[in-house]
Amino acid sequence: MSITVGTELPPLTIEATPTFVISTALATRDFQDVHHDRDSAVARGSKDIFLNILTDTGLVQRFVTDWAGPEAFVRSIRIRLGVPCYAGDTLTFTGRVTACEGDDAEITVTATDSLGEHVTGTVRITLPGGGS
Amino acid sequence: MSTPIEEAARRIAAQGESRPRLARDPVNQAMINNWVEAMGDANPRYAPGEDTVAPPAMIQAWTMPGLHGQRAGDDPLGAMMSILDDAGYTSVVATNSEQNYHRYLRPGEHVSATNRLESVAGPKRTALGEGWFVTTRTTWYVGDEVVADMLFRVLKFRPGGGTTAAAEPAAVLRPVISKDTEFFWEGTRLGELRIQRWGDTLRHPPGPMPPDGDLDAKPGWVVARGTGTVYSYLVHHHPQVPGKRTPFVVALVELDEGVRVLGELLDASPDEVHIGLPVEAAFVRVDDELTLPAWKVRA
Repeated sequence: MSITVGTELPPLTIEATPTFVISTALATRDFQDVHHDRDSAVARGSKDIFLNILTDTGLVQRFVTDWAGPEAFVRSIRIRLGVPCYAGDTLTFTGRVTACEGDDAEITVTATDSLGEHVTGTVRITLPGGGS
Repeated sequence: MSTPIEEAARRIAAQGESRPRLARDPVNQAMINNWVEAMGDANPRYAPGEDTVAPPAMIQAWTMPGLHGQRAGDDPLGAMMSILDDAGYTSVVATNSEQNYHRYLRPGEHVSATNRLESVAGPKRTALGEGWFVTTRTTWYVGDEVVADMLFRVLKFRPGGGTTAAAEPAAVLRPVISKDTEFFWEGTRLGELRIQRWGDTLRHPPGPMPPDGDLDAKPGWVVARGTGTVYSYLVHHHPQVPGKRTPFVVALVELDEGVRVLGELLDASPDEVHIGLPVEAAFVRVDDELTLPAWKVRA
């Protein structure tokens, strides 16, 4: 596939159900109680359990490779967290290609929920034969 | 002057990289399956087969401490966390993760990780409460080969003390930056206190014309040493100021170069401040565009 600067990625919507928040936290081996125990999360000042950062990195990876295809080599994932993503919210990932050189591309990604921007970041990939 | 937390951070950072800690399990298909199932990632490269690779974003999962895991004795993040716990900053939230993958991993490979403390910055007012940003660098190895690395930043905060208005950089009162003053703000971004110069005469705040009114003159600038003494000051109690917790001290400082510059005197108890107090320049980064000049008491 050919990649050009400005290409928009197809959006990805994730329903962050309690089951999703908990199963992803455990699959990333993150046993912090704020990701699976609502009472503890509330006692620590949160509204509910919330997504962990390892899952955000995983979802950003999935969002980009769903579009770029399995042959894409992910070189880096850099994210910054904004508002939390509490259980029950919906996350929408959007992204666009912001740089391209040879087979390398940089994609800027944003994930928003009902509170605002949850994640912003950039992903660098190499796509053999992907340069435009 | 540095705080005990800053002293501890310097000591821990100086210890460098921790010993490598081996992952509980080698890279394996069962954990990969759990991970892609939870994430909903259908990438066929992670499915069982001869050429299976692990999702790159799983790198951190391999070396997580686990349900009953203890941090290693020489783990710098653990050491820094307990110092901040003791100081009352008991809650933690991750803010940044920057992972670089040098190659993908295959089932059977056994990774180990080292950690190093990069920096500790604070105390900062945030939407969650007052806290410190702790930045670490993790490097993953297979044998001696570096396979991935990560910059990881957490906010270690005192819960409940936050107010949204005080935290948002966007809420800081921003200076108007003009052609006459842009060199000054470029300087603060670089950690330089730049003073406008007309020939031999220094002038602050910078203006469009020299003191003698010569319309043909063009200004230059010098970088001040950044040391001086309090010439005058006030303690601001009221009204509330966006991005600030009252009371705070604003000092007019006479630089060693002879000009006077205004700025907040950071981390100073109003009772300790007096005319003649030796201070030095500090720089408060608000965002990529704006860094404010400020003062701190000279040790």
